[in-house]
Amino acid sequence: MEDNKAIVCKDLTKQFGDFYAVNKISFEVLKGEIFGFLGANGAGKTTAMRILCGLSFPSSGTATVAGFDVYKQQEKIKKSIGYMSQKFSLYENLTVLENIEFYGGVYGVSRKEIKTRSEELVQTLGLESEAKKLVGALPLGWKQKLAFSVAIFHKPQIVFLDEPTGGVDPVTRRQFWDMIYEAAATGITIFVTTHYMDEAEYCNRISVMVDGKVEALDSPANLKKEFNADSMDEVFYQLARGAKRSGD
Amino acid sequence: MTVLGFLLQKEFRQIRRDTTILRIMFALPVIQLIVFPLAMDFDVKSVNISIVDQDHSTYSQKLISKIASSGYFKIVGAETSFKKSLTYIENGEVDLVMEIPAGFERNLVREGVQKIGISVDAINGTKAGISGQYLNSIIADFNANMDVNVKTSAMSQQGIINITFTNWFNPRAEYKYNIVPAILVLLLTMIGGFVTALNIVREKEVGTIEQINVTPIKKWEFILGKLIPFWIIGMIVFTLGLTISWLVYGIVPVGSFLTLYAFAAVYLVALLGFGLLISTYSDNQVQAMFVAFFFIMIFILMSGFFTSTDGMPGWAKVISNMTPVAHFVKTDRMIILKGSSFNDVKQEFLYLVAFAGVLNGWAIWNYRKTN
Repeated sequence: MEDNKAIVCKDLTKQFGDFYAVNKISFEVLKGEIFGFLGANGAGKTTAMRILCGLSFPSSGTATVAGFDVYKQQEKIKKSIGYMSQKFSLYENLTVLENIEFYGGVYGVSRKEIKTRSEELVQTLGLESEAKKLVGALPLGWKQKLAFSVAIFHKPQIVFLDEPTGGVDPVTRRQFWDMIYEAAATGITIFVTTHYMDEAEYCNRISVMVDGKVEALDSPANLKKEFNADSMDEVFYQLARGAKRSGD
Repeated sequence: MTVLGFLLQKEFRQIRRDTTILRIMFALPVIQLIVFPLAMDFDVKSVNISIVDQDHSTYSQKLISKIASSGYFKIVGAETSFKKSLTYIENGEVDLVMEIPAGFERNLVREGVQKIGISVDAINGTKAGISGQYLNSIIADFNANMDVNVKTSAMSQQGIINITFTNWFNPRAEYKYNIVPAILVLLLTMIGGFVTALNIVREKEVGTIEQINVTPIKKWEFILGKLIPFWIIGMIVFTLGLTISWLVYGIVPVGSFLTLYAFAAVYLVALLGFGLLISTYSDNQVQAMFVAFFFIMIFILMSGFFTSTDGMPGWAKVISNMTPVAHFVKTDRMIILKGSSFNDVKQEFLYLVAFAGVLNGWAIWNYRKTN
């Protein structure tokens, strides 16, 4: 395996009965890249992402994440990645600081380091006055930013973001992407799914999944050229309108 | 090990914040121990009786006043016809009808024999049985104390075997001695079986379990992180229960506290494993609640909480022995009331250890971080 690859996927398949949720997808994600993983609802994005995170066994094909095999080394993968799921998954009945402390601790960050870094983090997020409040009381946008910060708190090699900006206002989305850029600048590989095509433009490269298959993969500029389109919206529309599966 | 520390810290913080559950966990022993033993009294005290006296003789009057003075019966209505009295039973106003036929005294004196009819409302089987027995023994006593000249020579010469009872370990056969130890077991059962199952399934529902599964937390760390806090709470509740039994009922374990706590500790691990197992098979709290309820009902009804397992048919005893609850209900009573030593109940201890091992092992096996 080459050293500059964060994720390598070959013919990765997940089958439920005779339904192919993910059908022979192959792609590579480079280290430090912001990789957009697009697709309509039900195209198989989340299933593919769950396999790469070590939450689900693939049916066939091969894949490595951070150099570890998705069949046998899931626990090693889990040490090297961060994950922010579609469902908000911080503990609502713990405070901001307690959530950071818990997830940091679980990834093996020392108590001393947790203390200094969580103080920094609360400052950069502008949450000083909320640090001791329960997370359940925060507005959604702040929750999402906090969830992202928690997902990269232990400095993973790769972070998986499953529709991180769902239901968030445009300003917060913009701020969120600033955070993603900052994280990428520190060398973290970003693997992100989204439904917002303006967000797709922020990615270095994107793939578009339709009915369990990867139908297109390139930089946004090249894709627009290839499909003779003005915007990513149009590219996505051309690819996805033939989809047979829709809805979650 | 440090990861476990973080898990425990998080769990205790959450338990502390969930004040509803916390309050219920501590209200449980107080309410169960104070209300149940007082409410669930199988001693039958006031039986409504209707007496149909068709003899109106000295003897029949003597018998009636003996019944009235026994303290167990309340004489309701004295009818002249049996039919009329029977309608009282039908209406539920009376539990028992006794018919003293005409010629009662005459037959007793002349022939030394007389039959009395007793009809009992058997809808409540226990009450019917016990009140029938009371009445029987009053009549038997009346019989024995009848004037010698009434008795035939054969009767007075007959040797009579007098039976005297001594109730061991519960001298006055009070129901509280039976039920209080059982409630202590019930407390641990509720905390182990329900609270843990619901706690883990809630993490599934909210979605935080997925976040946990994507971290490098080891399975045993996660499971111990859930078991230890509830084990500690369970032991505190058990101690609270023992304190209440002592303060309110004066019940102090006759046997050693060490043995009792050893049993409670292992039993609680077994039940926590049971709760955990349910949580691994359930997707939401409603499912978990129903499944836990289903099994805990079986546990309670089959394990000798209320009725003795000795009276069960063979197949039912087999089922009873397959519940961890039965083993602890039995030994808990033995240790608290009889003062049985660890050696006396060693076998049961091994059963509980086996239950704890199997249930927890099964739960750990069935909990998957990757599926």
